[in-house]
Amino acid sequence: MKSFTYEKANSPAAAASAAVRTTNAKFIAGGTNLLDLMKLEIETPAHLIDVNGLGFDKIEPTPEGGLCIGALVRNTTLAADERVRRDYGLLSRALLAGASGQLRNKATTAGNLLQRTRCPYFYDTNQPCNKRNPGSGCAAIGGVTRQHAVIGSSDACIATHPSDMAIAMRALDASVQTVRSDGTTRNIPIADLHRLPGDTPHIETTLAAGELITSVTLPKPVGGTHIYRKVRDRASYAFALVSVGAIVQRDGTGRVAVGGIAHKPWRVEAAEAEMQRGAKAVASRLLDGARPTRDNAFKLALVERTLAAVLTDAKG
Amino acid sequence: MKFDTPATTNPIDQLKIIGHATSRIDGPLKTTGRATYAYEWHDVVSSPAYGYIVGAAIAKGRIASMDLSRAKVAPGVIAIVTAENAGKLGKGNYNTAKLLGGPEIDHYHQAVAVVVAETFEQARAAAQLVQVSYSATTGAFDLSAGRDGAAKPRGRGDDQPDTSVGDFPGAFAAAPVQLDATYTTPDQAHAMMEPHASMVAWDDDKLTLWTSNQMIAWTTGDVAKTLGLPKDNVRLISPFIGGGFGGKLFLRSDAILAALGARAANRPVKVAMQRPLMFNNTTHRPATIQRIRIGADRDGKITAIGHESWSGNLPEGRPETAVQQTRLLYAGENRMTALRLAMLDLPEGNAMRAPGEAPGMMALEIAMDEMAERLNLDPVEFRARNDTQVDPEHPSRPFSQRQLVACMKTGAERFGWSARNAEPGKRREGRWLVGMGMAAAFRNNLLMKSGARVRLDRSGTVTVETDMTDIGTGSYTIIAQTAAEMMGLPLEKVVVRLGDSSFPVSAGSGGQFGANNSTSGVYAACVKLREAVAQKLGFNSADVAFLDGQVSSGNRSVPLGQAASDSELMAEDSIEYGDLAKTHQQSTFGAHFVELGVDVATAEIRVRRMLAVCAAGRVLNPKTARSQVIGAMTMGVGAALMEELAVDKRTGFFVNHDLAGYEVPVHADIPHQDTIFLDETDPMSSPMKAKGIGELGLCGVAAALANAIYNATGIRVRDYPITLDKLLHRMPDT
Ligand SMILES: Cc1cc2nc3c(=O)[nH]c(=O)nc-3n(C[C@H](O)[C@H](O)[C@H](O)COP(=O)(O)OP(=O)(O)OC[C@H]3O[C@@H](n4cnc5c(N)ncnc54)[C@H](O)[C@@H]3O)c2cc1C
Ligand code: SF4
Repeated sequence: MKSFTYEKANSPAAAASAAVRTTNAKFIAGGTNLLDLMKLEIETPAHLIDVNGLGFDKIEPTPEGGLCIGALVRNTTLAADERVRRDYGLLSRALLAGASGQLRNKATTAGNLLQRTRCPYFYDTNQPCNKRNPGSGCAAIGGVTRQHAVIGSSDACIATHPSDMAIAMRALDASVQTVRSDGTTRNIPIADLHRLPGDTPHIETTLAAGELITSVTLPKPVGGTHIYRKVRDRASYAFALVSVGAIVQRDGTGRVAVGGIAHKPWRVEAAEAEMQRGAKAVASRLLDGARPTRDNAFKLALVERTLAAVLTDAKG
Repeated sequence: MKFDTPATTNPIDQLKIIGHATSRIDGPLKTTGRATYAYEWHDVVSSPAYGYIVGAAIAKGRIASMDLSRAKVAPGVIAIVTAENAGKLGKGNYNTAKLLGGPEIDHYHQAVAVVVAETFEQARAAAQLVQVSYSATTGAFDLSAGRDGAAKPRGRGDDQPDTSVGDFPGAFAAAPVQLDATYTTPDQAHAMMEPHASMVAWDDDKLTLWTSNQMIAWTTGDVAKTLGLPKDNVRLISPFIGGGFGGKLFLRSDAILAALGARAANRPVKVAMQRPLMFNNTTHRPATIQRIRIGADRDGKITAIGHESWSGNLPEGRPETAVQQTRLLYAGENRMTALRLAMLDLPEGNAMRAPGEAPGMMALEIAMDEMAERLNLDPVEFRARNDTQVDPEHPSRPFSQRQLVACMKTGAERFGWSARNAEPGKRREGRWLVGMGMAAAFRNNLLMKSGARVRLDRSGTVTVETDMTDIGTGSYTIIAQTAAEMMGLPLEKVVVRLGDSSFPVSAGSGGQFGANNSTSGVYAACVKLREAVAQKLGFNSADVAFLDGQVSSGNRSVPLGQAASDSELMAEDSIEYGDLAKTHQQSTFGAHFVELGVDVATAEIRVRRMLAVCAAGRVLNPKTARSQVIGAMTMGVGAALMEELAVDKRTGFFVNHDLAGYEVPVHADIPHQDTIFLDETDPMSSPMKAKGIGELGLCGVAAALANAIYNATGIRVRDYPITLDKLLHRMPDT
């Protein structure tokens, strides 16, 4: 870990402006991802801006009938919130499928969205990695890739986004509210937050330098049956090989977002049009253009089979 | 004490304290954080400095150059040790690769430097500033590619690479029912909780090493050899060990680098190996490819059994002896085994819990299941038909005890085995395909010399000192129970001190030989102490009873402590073994039963319940024994379903080198475990009549899962771990 300076921000705008004023600054929320990466010098911020004191720790109803979730609401709190459990069951289930009780007590809503990949080559600073060290190459391609992306990947990077919560947020059409260093705010649909790797896998989101997430808003509940199915080698405390977040209505229409297969939560609205025709039809649209490796080609079949099970469950 | 005739009745047979389910006496120290693990000796030296290890970034080649200039001037840095400035270093008897690499690099993450600084954080930060440039050469990293070129390894004692009895090829070819199948097991990591950690303080040319190590005498010797010191100049202290599983049998780089760092810094230095380095820097269980051929007549009698195993290692490394159990477990007149060793440039392969048998049984016990099916026999029945009460290679050599069939039958009964549908893929419960599987358990019982010293003080307290280690197994407790039983004391009147090279040399912890041998050494010392007490108190030692803190004979009874009223009484002895292990084969037996579900859509495998039945001599403490077995069963679930060091075959390293990438079971994977110990005493094994248990519990577990997966799905997977991707393409439609 490189030594760094530290400050506790006292307003969102101050936090955002501090982040651009100081070179190589980072926000720290729960720290459960950032600190681990700093110990390994995968992240090497020179300055940390602690946003825990900003008061973004409430979950409040919106005039539109949705919920506004403060950026610092802990994963445990969010999963347990009565309104979330009632109206956005998918979100609660996705959160509870992630990490462990201790981590969820610390992890925040914004931090969860911005957690970084679990690609093992990204974690080993001896290895070339375009995400960690732009232009150095990608050690994963041609290596051990069972966990990696099957779609939306590039010749520069085949990493996945590991978040469970983000899958639910994507299926729920959440939006992200931010404040920029100049004090202006904006609203980013979750679909536009995460980027595909392309030639610049180190740029993971559309956030500008120093842009601070203040809240994540859920639109009015859409009803339906909410299912989050996370498939993994061990029963708990593991990242998804594949996860399926689905909202299924009585008539068989609905929404599906898939985790563990791409650099961002994977949702293809056109595929959802096929939902009444079943998992095979949805999966083939959803995975159109997939480029799996030999190690992870099984994920294609796994997505389809998991989705089939989810659709069956939704009927039951 | 020489143990060369079968044990007769002795004070242990009273079973006043031995054989009781006593909680671990070291438990309160551990649960309150007062047990001094290697990194936690806060009071024994003043202001230690901290070392941080730099691991090689290539698997094979040379260091072209090293630039320490930035690291040297980093805040807090006191010294940096590399092969260039470390002075001449030897290599320990138990090490294959050097512990400090350079300029030659033998494997990935081999240590190339230790950076010593005032604080841990400063050392870690400065370590990242060490600039090393390498010239890498190509290496061999793929066992399957190296298989054809694998050579016959050197034999060791009775362990020969090739064995042959009768006419295996002829009998196999003639057998009406045959199996010829190949199985693979992956490289596995010990992945114990406590990392390798050490602290060293020098006093002139003597050093004290506080560390975490299973084999005190081996390691003391290897520290001396590596540093070129007389053995007497090395004091090693390791009373508490946060798990080892064989990963701490040997001297490792943390200890040597702490010693070199402390010498360079001229003050005590602590080094804990960072978790991401553990998987490639230290040893691991090597991967195997195993070919098994079994031929049987139509009644299910094995006529031919052959087992070949290929594994890889660094030059001078040993093979994984995965064929060991096949020489002894089942009858059959025609037999062969063969070991072959490929040169690989992966990190050093070495012992991990039940080396040999653990991977060997993973393969053999699937093969037995496959044969049973071909013969249309129940797997328990097929194994029972091929039971042997003698060493099948040397029929004049009986087993000292062998209750394999009783283990299987008891287990089948308790587990409800008869409910299993022999036709696979037929039991469905909701989204689950449910199956049952079983496997035999087998592991040899090893006899090793083991010593102890016992002291009696005037308060009637007995203190035991031996360099035996407790790696979380319960050594403290069973040793206290042994001394208490021998001296007629309650447990509270016994103090046990372990893991110090100034104590008598014991068997140490490994190969499931710790419990039986170390308690036998304590037994031997206590026999001597009893004699000394009797003599001191003027008793005729033949008929003296030691009971309830009293020494009595006839109608005279004296408090034990009185024997030490003027000065402490001390006795020291060791147990040494005669030929009983030669005349009789000593092994431990068991049977594992598993029920699991396989998700019909995703092929996720989830265990439902497990049972182990063990017959392994006298159970010294049912509670610690059970803990050993359920821990081993858990490890077996890991081996079956998830544990694999993933090899990058291009660059030669284990990619998943942390606990997020190397998955071991969590609580949710282990819903229900039962254990049963059959009543058994083995008078051939030792005066304790006990045998090993800690590794037996692992041997066969993974195969029982594999067989249950087959029973659930009809899909036979012969490559571990059995992850869902290996099933998915053959799973039925949902
Ligand atoms: C052992 C382990 C297992 C895990 N398993 C899972 C799992 O199964 N599923 C899963 O989904 N996750 C898992 N996680 C990841 C966990 O969910 C994340 O670490 C956590 O959500 C991150 O939140 P945090 O608040 O601690 O973020 P931090 O570590 O504080 O920050 C993460 C990133 O977000 C940035 N950031 C934080 N807050 C803001 C803000 N308000 N505005 C802008 N940027 C911000 C930081 O600068 C940093 O780059 C696991 C983590 C660990 C350590
Ligand atoms: S896949 Fe992406 S994160 Fe992984 S090594 Fe390649 S560039 Fe780095």
